[in-house]
Amino acid sequence: MKPLLEIDDAVKTIYNDNQNLNILDGINLKIYPKDFIVVLGTNGAGKSTLLDAITGANKLSSGDIKLNDDDITQKNLAKRSRYISRVYQDPKLGTSPRMTVAENLLLAQRRGLPRRLRLRKLNENIEKFKELTKDLPTLDNRLNTFTEKLSGGQRQTLSFLMAIIQKPELLLLDEHTAALDPQTSQELMELTSKVILEKGLTCLMVTHNLTEAIKYGNRLIVLKKGKIILDLDKDQKAALKEQDLLEYF
Amino acid sequence: MNLIISTISQGFIWAIMAIGLFITFRILDFPDMTVEGSFPLGAVTAVMLIQHGYSAEIALLIAFIFGNLAGFATAFMYTKLHIPSLLAGILTMTALYSVNLRILGKANMSLTKPNNIFNQYGLNKLPVNFNGIILGIIIIAIITFLLIIFLNTEKGQAVIATGDNEIMAASLGINTTVMKFIGIMVSNGIVALTGGLIAQQNGFADVNMGIGSIVIGLSAIIIGEVLYPDVPLSIRIITIVIGSIVYRLILMIVLQLGFNTNDLKLISAIILALCLALPTIREQFFRAFRNGVKSK
Repeated sequence: MKPLLEIDDAVKTIYNDNQNLNILDGINLKIYPKDFIVVLGTNGAGKSTLLDAITGANKLSSGDIKLNDDDITQKNLAKRSRYISRVYQDPKLGTSPRMTVAENLLLAQRRGLPRRLRLRKLNENIEKFKELTKDLPTLDNRLNTFTEKLSGGQRQTLSFLMAIIQKPELLLLDEHTAALDPQTSQELMELTSKVILEKGLTCLMVTHNLTEAIKYGNRLIVLKKGKIILDLDKDQKAALKEQDLLEYF
Repeated sequence: MNLIISTISQGFIWAIMAIGLFITFRILDFPDMTVEGSFPLGAVTAVMLIQHGYSAEIALLIAFIFGNLAGFATAFMYTKLHIPSLLAGILTMTALYSVNLRILGKANMSLTKPNNIFNQYGLNKLPVNFNGIILGIIIIAIITFLLIIFLNTEKGQAVIATGDNEIMAASLGINTTVMKFIGIMVSNGIVALTGGLIAQQNGFADVNMGIGSIVIGLSAIIIGEVLYPDVPLSIRIITIVIGSIVYRLILMIVLQLGFNTNDLKLISAIILALCLALPTIREQFFRAFRNGVKSK
């Protein structure tokens, strides 16, 4: 099977304290269609930098990134956004606070597409948005609520819906449940898992939560000082216990 | 009565400028000092063109375009050269002082030609100062209509999203740099257009007439928000017009109380500071009131 995303010898160097520091230090990674990869690592391991490099928010110092055999290394964030969507850790980063829930969803529906000088089609899409939110108690009947009035959990659920409303080739989740209370975090994680399986999405999820890391996904990667130090497939992952992972932290 | 009508007339014309400022200040969340330069740029451009025999409409159109160019300069420095927003605006504003002097050839010039827009379309047959009110309403209606239509397009929504949350906008593939250019250029175009109108209403242009204009625009926006909080975007533009008229009426009352006209800028700044502080004062007042009720 051909990989969906191929990262080849990715290096990201920054200049810090009078010396060069490799935040990503020769990462090689192949992500195959329908992979649900969980990425673990301590603070500063390079997890978010890896996601930045994939989205184009932060360019690599050296190395290549290919998406469906197409070299996207030099493509900017706007061009990559057509294929790659991301949910951030901070619920405030994923939504537009002065827009309503429906307006945010409409904005995300044209992810990566040109924004033309034509009237937006909010009313035509309301039924679709109702359908999308009907089974979510936190967002049901809130399509006309301004996002700034929503709780963190509601905003993060909306961010997640915005990331998947137009099916992405690759979904990136950057500790997207970390800022939520345990109950809301679990609910969002269940929703995430359900949607990924139902839609057959390819996903790279960064987390600090060992329970989540073991429970979800079909691959597990551990990053340390910018290198992949562990890459487990589904079977190896199934045999894993939380204590086994502690040695990597 | 004449004084009140004159004040309301000024309120309508200055509201156009405040709507322009609203685009950068509130929609793009960009503190744009350029307006202090683009406002007199519009005034000197319009006066010079009219004095050279051009029609008032052409003069206003060119003033709008020159305002766009001033906005372009600021947007370029901010987005391409990564100069901080406040500094980019100040640099353009400072440069425009020389540009305005170059256009006008001197510090000020009276408008002696009769083809002033306030004398056309039968506006000169209206009672004194009503021409400003009627013209103001017409131009506000046109700009508001166009602005609301634009903000409801895909591109307009992208401009709002850029000001609201740039990280999100960029991750949705919105070219936030282009959106900033659009917002800052349109804003300064409207501000320069207002400069052209005010020059025609006052009958002269002065290179220093932009000083304090940002305070006037901000006051209209803030007073509108204090009077009508939590209203939809389209209504907010109307609240700016109300805010502008209220601000002018407050100034008129203050001057009628006998304050020196030299203190006008000081009074303007105090009014704006009070309006900005009003939500905090109101909250503290109600908190103190609630605490008082509880202790009883």
